[in-house]
Amino acid sequence: MNPYLGPGLIVVVLLTVAIGAYGLRFARTTSDFLVASRSVSPTWNAAAISGEYLSAASFLGVAGLILCYGVDMLWYPVGFAAGYLALLLFVAAPLRRSGAFTLPDFCEVRLRSRTLRRLATGFVLFIGCLYLLPQLQGAGLTFATITGGSYVWGALLVGVVVTANVAFGGMRAITFVQAFQYWLKLTALAVPMIFLILQWQSDGRPAATPPQGAVFPAATTVVIEQDAIINGNQPVKAGESLEFAAGDPVPRISTVDAGFGADWLLPSGDQELFATYSLILATFLGTMGLPHVLVRFYTNPDGASARRTTLVVLAMVGLFYLLPTLYGVLGRIYTPQLLMTGHTDAVVLLLPEAALGGGHLGRLLGALVAAGALAAFLSTSSGLLTSIAGVIFTDILRSGRSGSIREFRLATVLAAMVPTGFALYVSDMDVSKVVGLAFAVAASSFCPLLVLGIWWRGLTDAGAIAGIIAGGGASVAAVVITVLGPPLSGWVATFVEQPAAWTVPLAFLVMVGGSLLTSRRVPADVGATMLRLHAPESLRV
Amino acid sequence: MAADQPTSAPDPTSRTRVVLAEAAARRSATDRTGIDLAEQTPVGEALVKGLVRAQLALALRLSLVVVAGLGTLPLLFVAAPAAGSFRVAGVPLPWLLLGLLSFPFLVGVGAAYVRWAERNEQDFAALIRRPER
Repeated sequence: MNPYLGPGLIVVVLLTVAIGAYGLRFARTTSDFLVASRSVSPTWNAAAISGEYLSAASFLGVAGLILCYGVDMLWYPVGFAAGYLALLLFVAAPLRRSGAFTLPDFCEVRLRSRTLRRLATGFVLFIGCLYLLPQLQGAGLTFATITGGSYVWGALLVGVVVTANVAFGGMRAITFVQAFQYWLKLTALAVPMIFLILQWQSDGRPAATPPQGAVFPAATTVVIEQDAIINGNQPVKAGESLEFAAGDPVPRISTVDAGFGADWLLPSGDQELFATYSLILATFLGTMGLPHVLVRFYTNPDGASARRTTLVVLAMVGLFYLLPTLYGVLGRIYTPQLLMTGHTDAVVLLLPEAALGGGHLGRLLGALVAAGALAAFLSTSSGLLTSIAGVIFTDILRSGRSGSIREFRLATVLAAMVPTGFALYVSDMDVSKVVGLAFAVAASSFCPLLVLGIWWRGLTDAGAIAGIIAGGGASVAAVVITVLGPPLSGWVATFVEQPAAWTVPLAFLVMVGGSLLTSRRVPADVGATMLRLHAPESLRV
Repeated sequence: MAADQPTSAPDPTSRTRVVLAEAAARRSATDRTGIDLAEQTPVGEALVKGLVRAQLALALRLSLVVVAGLGTLPLLFVAAPAAGSFRVAGVPLPWLLLGLLSFPFLVGVGAAYVRWAERNEQDFAALIRRPER
């Protein structure tokens, strides 16, 4: 095991707790805990939003997907970043001006409906848990991969650190922690990449797709984990280990679905077009509906600064997403054995040592990358937990904004228990897939609600409820079938596994249609609400 | 339970021209339009509708730019596979467009939006403060 690893991970956890404790010195009132008293500067706020947003799926998953499937997977990072542009164009400033702190708050401010509020609360909890689960799972799997320890301990460790930090520091402390973790994550990918590119140059710039197919760069031993068939004719048993010399071609293995030839470089044909557009819709429109993203906008002092903060976030997130692509491509050259084991999510963690050798430099950079991965789990789960706890605190414990800090802590522990419990028992779900589904549910429930609620006077509570039940319900059903149901094939599989391309239009159509049918239910104060959402704060009378 | 009331402090980042002689003369006009806005008279309603329409048109126009710039790429690569295998300085075009150039493109569109959206708001504020112009 890498000797720098333990100290590196301990430093990250200690710094997280220490910065949280430093923030705690300022957090005295319930408002401090929930919304950081709105006294956070835009740069800090933007770094915190980015730090919170860049989850395990971004830090590990994107590079793994690119290593495995090639150029089509670039739509994930592009979509994750473009989601902030959609948020900026349609939601950021009006949402801040609405004064809503959570999505259920927005429903109440705009449509004055308790029923809609309860429905929105249900969806916030579902999306929050769906997104939190893969974070904890990813933490467990990473812990098991790099330390050889047990999956349960990794998931539990992250779960406990995050719960404690949120319960004791609240949002104020979290803002500093998240901002620190954005810079840590960026450094943890950027610094090793400089050395990796230098190494690639000095190795004579090997091609990512050599004409004879992927080859092993050095002598490698691969342990087979499942019974499989190699190259279509040679059966292997679980536990068997295969030896390969440097320069041997990487064999195709029946249990791992990966691109091997030169077509890895090329966009796929028309049979993937529906899935690609579905992914684009889910990621572009889903970001605005994620509960932990919206909460952050309340910490801006006004609408104009919410807009500027979002623009800085877009730039910060875009800068970060330049790096996972490079890890995926270099992983093709230096860690092709991952195409045989199928653990492609580990490429970011394994690449520094694989390319730079087991010397001090490779190990030090390997530990840095692992520390960045830990930061990714900690920051996203903290943000998610804060927002789920906030919703439980205000809507389920029903204590209102004036409730005590003790109740907020109780809400945090309640919010952490369900996903942590699930994560301990479910370890074989695909991390990136579940994260993609969370985006699809958010895009087909909250995106239409926010966009129509902000820009269209004719939206009614009945229409909004119908739209969320139709679009959100359909995407939730797709999630349940994908995660728990039998494996599907053909067109049905594409429709269910990438549902956004039909559930998002469905939600919009039902919401508009339902509102037109119930147009007498348009709130009487819609004019005042529109004024509040769109007029600059300086004109408030 | 409504969220707590928004602060009415003036936005520190927006520019305001202060001319002492004008301030006194302007006050009555400001109040008249302010009352129009606050009481939802037809005039106030029309003003807000105009602002919402301007901001929505801006957002839709810029999202059209993104749809044209990024959203058509999967179709392009299917319709013209040659574009997918074209290389620029050794890097295949789809990798260059998606992996590198898409991010500055998105930031550029966002920066343009922030600039023009703030201009729309300033125009609206100017209309409220000086309705005679």
